[in-house]
Amino acid sequence: MTLDKIWVFCEAGDDGVATITLEMLAKAREVAGTVEVFCGGDGAACAAELGDHGVATVHATGDLDGRMKGVSVASAVAAAISDGSVAAPDAFLLGTTYDGRDVAARLSVKLDVSVLSNVVDLRLDGDRLVGVEPVFGGTLNVTSRFTDGGPDIWLVRPKSFEPAAVGGPPAEVVDLPVPDLGTTGGAVVRDRFTEESEGPKLDEAAIVVSGGRGLGAAEAYSMIEGLAKQLGAAPGASRAIVDAGWVPYSYQVGQTGKVVKPTVYIACGISGATQHLVGMKGSKNIIAINKDSEAPIFAVADLGIVGDVHKVLPKLTEALEGR
Amino acid sequence: MKVVVCVKQIPDPADPGALDPETKTLRRNVKLILDESDSYGVEMALQLVDAAGEGSVHLVSMVPNDEVSGLRTALAMGADSATLISDEALAGSDALGTSRVLAAAIERAEPDLVLAATESSDGYTGVVPAQVAELLGLPSVTFAKEIAVEGSTATVRRQTEAGADLVECPLPAVVSVTAGVVEPRYPSFRGIMQAKNKPVDQLKIADLGIAAERVGWAGAGQEITDVAEAPERAAGEVVVDEGDAHERIVAFLDELKVI
Repeated sequence: MTLDKIWVFCEAGDDGVATITLEMLAKAREVAGTVEVFCGGDGAACAAELGDHGVATVHATGDLDGRMKGVSVASAVAAAISDGSVAAPDAFLLGTTYDGRDVAARLSVKLDVSVLSNVVDLRLDGDRLVGVEPVFGGTLNVTSRFTDGGPDIWLVRPKSFEPAAVGGPPAEVVDLPVPDLGTTGGAVVRDRFTEESEGPKLDEAAIVVSGGRGLGAAEAYSMIEGLAKQLGAAPGASRAIVDAGWVPYSYQVGQTGKVVKPTVYIACGISGATQHLVGMKGSKNIIAINKDSEAPIFAVADLGIVGDVHKVLPKLTEALEGR
Repeated sequence: MKVVVCVKQIPDPADPGALDPETKTLRRNVKLILDESDSYGVEMALQLVDAAGEGSVHLVSMVPNDEVSGLRTALAMGADSATLISDEALAGSDALGTSRVLAAAIERAEPDLVLAATESSDGYTGVVPAQVAELLGLPSVTFAKEIAVEGSTATVRRQTEAGADLVECPLPAVVSVTAGVVEPRYPSFRGIMQAKNKPVDQLKIADLGIAAERVGWAGAGQEITDVAEAPERAAGEVVVDEGDAHERIVAFLDELKVI
């Protein structure tokens, strides 16, 4: 027994369709007969890649002319369902991303249905979907389902599924018109900035080097960046130093923040609060450096170093130079 | 300028309690504190009112019991007043039920700007701010890194996957702020004393015209079917640094063939 139809929210950047979208498509194909995609923006640019991942139809709003994606896409989907131009799917899957959360939130109000967030697994239980969400730092897995008749709205954590191309012709692009947004549409993007970051993205890097409160001061974060550069790694951070304003929110690994699953995760001066553990416990290998031998981070580390990051990191970076 | 800040009182994250095996939800009979994530919204509101030269900061919060200690913390920081929707019927609310209640209370306050954290530190659904905006028919800008208000327009620097967007938004609007954007002030002794006498308007959901079946367990369009222990990750080798621990790390990275 599978679902009839799932709609996956497609996000894309300069380098094509976002990994989170491809991950959700792979899972959606497992549990539903038909998988379609909806997106805010130009569908044609993504049609070939989406077709390769088994998508037959892309419902695209076209250029949003600076309007916010969340309210535009949610309003377009709700309007299309309401006027009968599309049939409501059994479920919507969206990534736990900046825009994915906005679309899910607005859509839930428009359709008057619940949202389940932070899902890391989805499966069929009879003819319905159930989702799994980790709580308490990933020590417990909570399985939930919807009771309101749907459509279901699931917000899926990145890195939960493996993308899988299946080959297929380019997806057909269908217009998803944005209705008049009225007062809800007042916010407009005036300018876009790209943060130039050297090296790989935090949630896609093979190695992540993260710093925490144990660094002692904002300036010491340069040790993390130095080591990350040497390893071709992405720099990350614990919530404590994001809260303290040392690095931006986009660096944060954890429950509130990004989930990473690199080949190697190096936690430097991070004690390992449950908030942090849920974001990095899925890493294949974990190295932890912390002064406190009782720090909870050591309970998940494959290699734990009880030591001062200010002494270990410079030596480590130096040892790696010329390798 | 009137700024409403949505704040949540949560179990101390350092001691979050446990799931109730009966109801399969977080036990909330522990002491609740102000969610640290919300201290950024409160601070941002205080700074914006200060910059505007006039105005007030009003808190909106909800709990199933009468807890106010987290609200007093935010009042001690400098917020002027609060509305607390305190009703047993709220227990078990999902994000949409929560948003219905907050939106109704916010509407009564007639704010120019509504601030919230991007997500709470306990439930972390991350959808409440935009749901509240949709319910109120307002524009929203989520994940703000900076906010400036000029007349009836907010200019917001919003976090994106690629970097940041500069967004212009007419007021009233809902804006959610990321952690770390401002440095929340510590309540002064004077602030703490004053907070005790600041008005906290306690309401029931009926006062807001909300039916009990739209909130709490009854209104939640979701249910937990199972709670299971996650597989434990085994701890590995722990080495005390004697000045050569970096060599052990290099060897470990070598074994993994990542360098």
